Amino acid sequence: MSEILLKIKDLIVEFPTRRGLLRAVDKVSFEISKGEVLGIVGESGAGKSLTGAAIIGLLEPPGRIGGGEIIFDGQRIDNLSDEQMRPLRGKRIAMIFQDPLTSLNPLYRIGEQLVETIQTHLSMDNKQARIRAIELLDEVGIPAPETRIDAYPHQFSGGMRQRVVIALALAGEPDLIIADEPTTALDVSVQAQIISLLKNLCKERGTAIMLITHDMGVIAETADRMAVMYSGQIAEIGKTYDLIRNPKHPYSVGLMGSIPAIKGDVKRLVQIPGSMPRLNNIPKGCSFNPRCEKVFEPCYIKRSPLIDVGNSSVACWLYDEEYKGAKKK
Amino acid sequence: MKKRTLVKVRNLDRLFDVSKPLLNRIIEREERKILRAVDDVSIDIEEGETFALVGESGSGKSTVAKMVVGLLPPTKGSIEIDGIDLSDKSKVKELRKLRSEIQMIFQDPFASLNPRWRVEKIIAEPIRSFSLEKNEKAIIAKVAELLTLVGLDPSDGRKFPHEFSGGQRQRICIARALASKPKFIVCDEPTSALDVSVQAQILNLMKDLQDEFSLTFLFISHDLSVVRHMANRIGVMYLGRIVEISNSKDLFENPKHPYTKMLLDAIPDLEMSGKNRNPIEGEIPNPIDPPKGCTFHPRCPFVNERCRKEIPMPIEKDGSIITCHGVEEGRIGKEQGA
Repeated sequence: MSEILLKIKDLIVEFPTRRGLLRAVDKVSFEISKGEVLGIVGESGAGKSLTGAAIIGLLEPPGRIGGGEIIFDGQRIDNLSDEQMRPLRGKRIAMIFQDPLTSLNPLYRIGEQLVETIQTHLSMDNKQARIRAIELLDEVGIPAPETRIDAYPHQFSGGMRQRVVIALALAGEPDLIIADEPTTALDVSVQAQIISLLKNLCKERGTAIMLITHDMGVIAETADRMAVMYSGQIAEIGKTYDLIRNPKHPYSVGLMGSIPAIKGDVKRLVQIPGSMPRLNNIPKGCSFNPRCEKVFEPCYIKRSPLIDVGNSSVACWLYDEEYKGAKKK
Repeated sequence: MKKRTLVKVRNLDRLFDVSKPLLNRIIEREERKILRAVDDVSIDIEEGETFALVGESGSGKSTVAKMVVGLLPPTKGSIEIDGIDLSDKSKVKELRKLRSEIQMIFQDPFASLNPRWRVEKIIAEPIRSFSLEKNEKAIIAKVAELLTLVGLDPSDGRKFPHEFSGGQRQRICIARALASKPKFIVCDEPTSALDVSVQAQILNLMKDLQDEFSLTFLFISHDLSVVRHMANRIGVMYLGRIVEISNSKDLFENPKHPYTKMLLDAIPDLEMSGKNRNPIEGEIPNPIDPPKGCTFHPRCPFVNERCRKEIPMPIEKDGSIITCHGVEEGRIGKEQGA
């Protein structure tokens, strides 16, 4: 196994409200190695984006880290002040947001935004920075970057804008990119372009990516490993191939089955009854128990820890040695 | 067995004037700008089938949907539903009856429900406006029946839309659409705002309801896997024109138009077979100033001189309707058959 770049241990993100603390991310642990792509999937509200925001220190108050550790390249970063975080954020950990329209300033030319970012992170004079900006635009596949650099964001299409956002993220030559739904706002055809771009850039530079998305297809193509999140917890984490071909957690099974297949005729999609519980109403024990088909006694009492099954880790009592006999009957 | 054609759309055009105000045009010496959102679209939808329109954003799918339900008047062409022309103003009575038989489900369940109305009032609105039930008691019973039908509880009628999740709201929209006992429902991206697991619930529900009430769907989506699952026949749109209409199975197994092939190649590979996606080159051009000839020619790998000059006409081939010079001449289709 290669060197670990990011290690998250028992991360908790919570929101204090009048009715008490709400835990949006509940003891999430995972690691990302250098140059690895980790995909995070889950339904909206599962805590995927908050996990990403917590890592880069962009949680919106009143949200806050309520416990756990984030260790980046050997350094603990979850308790750093804004001042201490600054040299890391953008430079070593970059973020790509979902909506390329709102992540660019409409009043500044593309070039000005790139130059500003480059100069913030690297010591370059205006001329050098502009040359670097053109290089970056060229790298992300924008045609005629020498002239396009002076365009405004509105002169670019959605796909082109997302390329610019990727160029911005790459400006500080980061070790880790957190991509939060980078292709959700784009058409399938453009999505394919952006995904192959991200993949190639990371292969060339050895950048690690944490890819947050609800699109299983995107993960299948890009990620080395993936984690399935459900109501703030990791339900299953493992190699992408294993997880997609052979999901183990009942929730992952349902999630995979609910995707309409391109090949073959399926009369009915697998459906998971109900919906994800609200944060103020998370059931005791395993939070998936009201929707789970295979629910049995221990599920109501305690949440399962991540149990190693083959190449994956699954948070489900079905795979616990102690209950192996019990589930059969 | 040939079924009856319920919806007949012929040579539909829709132009939008997107030019600047007159004074600006005079000062800046600009010409009028016309956007051709829908260009010569003809569709037949049989009773009881699901016809899907797919395409990238800006291809005119939603504009067609709006014209078919009568929310937008077409610039040219005709729409005939159940034998009645929607633009025929002489048949006021028939049209009014017809409108109750056409319903629409919108993309965003957050924007399509009045936040100040209780759910029961929302669902009862079509019943009241078409006077389908005799008295208040019958309306309440009907609303409860509809709520149960879409998998909600009759007591949910007392709640407001904000108390529901996205999937539940879409169920409310479906209940409202069903309230006027429609024959034909236009679904404009009904699940694209929903998570996959909720999407599966809604798609299953729509299929069940279709079987139960023998509904006809016009289904608009950009998600090819959803379309594959739902539709009997599929029309692929590109820049306002239909480039291919085929049976769902044929389209996915044997796409004929080069654009359809590209779209299918761009689908993320969930099978993990290791094949790489071929990203489509380029992007959809600006519809205000579309390319001459076949609008797809700048992105097409099989382009030749004729494609750059001449607009292709739809032709029939192996049960599909294709708009492509290459297919017509037999240039395309040979090499992949080998």
